[in-house]
Amino acid sequence: MTAVATQIQKAKTVLALTSNYAVAYAVKAADVDVVAVYPITPQTTIVEKIAEFVDDGELNADLIHVESEHSAMSAVVGAAAAGARVFTATSSQGLELMHEVLHIASGLRLPVVMAVPARALSAPISIHGDYSDLMNTRDTGWITYIASSAQEVYDTVIQAYRVAESVLLPVMVSYDGFLMSHTTEPVELNDEEEVKRFLPRRERPNVLRPEKPITMGAFAMPDWYYEIKYQVQEALQGSLKTIEEVDEEYGRTFGRRYGVVQTYKMEDADYAIVAYGGASFGNAREAAEIAREKGIKAGVIRLRVFRPFPTSYIVKYLSGVKAFAVVDRAIAFGGPGGGPVFTDVATALWMNGIDVPGISVIHGIGQRSMYVEDFVKIYEMLRDGEKNKVVYMGLRL
Amino acid sequence: MSLPKVHEIPIGGIITEPGSSRRNLTGGWRSLKPIIHDDRCIRCRICWMYCPEGTIKEVKGEFVVKGKKYQYKYEIDYNYCKGCGICAHECPTKAIEMVPEA
Ligand code: SF4
Ligand code: SF4
Repeated sequence: MTAVATQIQKAKTVLALTSNYAVAYAVKAADVDVVAVYPITPQTTIVEKIAEFVDDGELNADLIHVESEHSAMSAVVGAAAAGARVFTATSSQGLELMHEVLHIASGLRLPVVMAVPARALSAPISIHGDYSDLMNTRDTGWITYIASSAQEVYDTVIQAYRVAESVLLPVMVSYDGFLMSHTTEPVELNDEEEVKRFLPRRERPNVLRPEKPITMGAFAMPDWYYEIKYQVQEALQGSLKTIEEVDEEYGRTFGRRYGVVQTYKMEDADYAIVAYGGASFGNAREAAEIAREKGIKAGVIRLRVFRPFPTSYIVKYLSGVKAFAVVDRAIAFGGPGGGPVFTDVATALWMNGIDVPGISVIHGIGQRSMYVEDFVKIYEMLRDGEKNKVVYMGLRL
Repeated sequence: MSLPKVHEIPIGGIITEPGSSRRNLTGGWRSLKPIIHDDRCIRCRICWMYCPEGTIKEVKGEFVVKGKKYQYKYEIDYNYCKGCGICAHECPTKAIEMVPEA
């Protein structure tokens, strides 16, 4: 076959997909065995699409109808313990209901993969997007990605299986509820045979098999518990390297890669906005352009991996700036800074002896509209020397 | 006994060997130790029945206590007795004494 013919045969499939549908297509490509999901907005269309794939015979998976998110996570924990490749998804209250089982999945070192279109928490009831739900899972021992486009969501779910099965930790792939979960974008799909080769089925040490019995989830006394939990801490810290390697290999195989942090105009930036998710990153990039027209050397750092926290990259990029702001779409109630990621960034800098002034910006809570002008204003505040404060943007105070 | 370090424990704290709990002697949790004074024991079996750990053993044999012949006596398996004192509390003749662990 000539090179041209090969190229024609490997013509790219590009579909118009929401981020939720992009998840479903990635789950299909990953050829998962067991899916257990309970419907909740804005997650529901993911599992609707997966149910369609299963019904059409395009995905050979057991779709378990469960009575709650607690059961959904428990079911995939059980299936993963039996050696299955599993998937679940949820948002908001559903993620809260799963919470105790999240710790069990990481403690048992099971490679569960979950999608989380992030949504605000009750009360008052909100079905709209912010990252309050995701931030509450911070200390559950899960690897956590935050994607910023439907394409990245698709690519990241596939990467997530490879990472999870390599380091034996559960992985969450999050993105903006509604702003991404229900927004249609072009998504280039991979050849599914090639995805299968990228995700080989591997023997795992911690799998239940009748012929070789093991006990999982046993009781641990004070003289055992600490060591077993430390294993999770060590695996999670060490997983950053695997995350990067998998991203690189994915790039070589499928032509797209993202890194653990993504930067925009940081090469010569004096003032940086650290953001996560699609809407914040988009606004920040546009604002950086406008700020630069006003003579402010503005740059953006997007956190693609939230756990393990990419400390070395944050330190590298922020140690060279005059001031930074972190835009959080969640409130760390009663905390020392306004937002959860601001606190992480401040800790990362402090731990490395770096003293750069910063602002904690809270915005987009319960999907309060975030405007590009707001982000331009952040750059202006930084330029004007404002520092070490919390700004509740878009709030009627 | 030296316990395994972080990297010597199977990941996720899984137990790879069936029946390994037999090696886990829980008697070390005890701070008070029950002692059976056999001369006061009337073989009523109440302690045997009440012990929540099943660590009181009925030993068969020929035992003469205060001129009386018995076919069995009661002994405590200190490898597993946790020292809860239920046996001492229930014994009708106060034959079981709880003494502090050395
Ligand atoms: S002290 Fe408790 S555990 Fe020990 S023999 Fe008596 S009843 Fe059983
Ligand atoms: S309860 Fe007291 S008297 Fe009865 S068998 Fe036990 S030690 Fe003997």
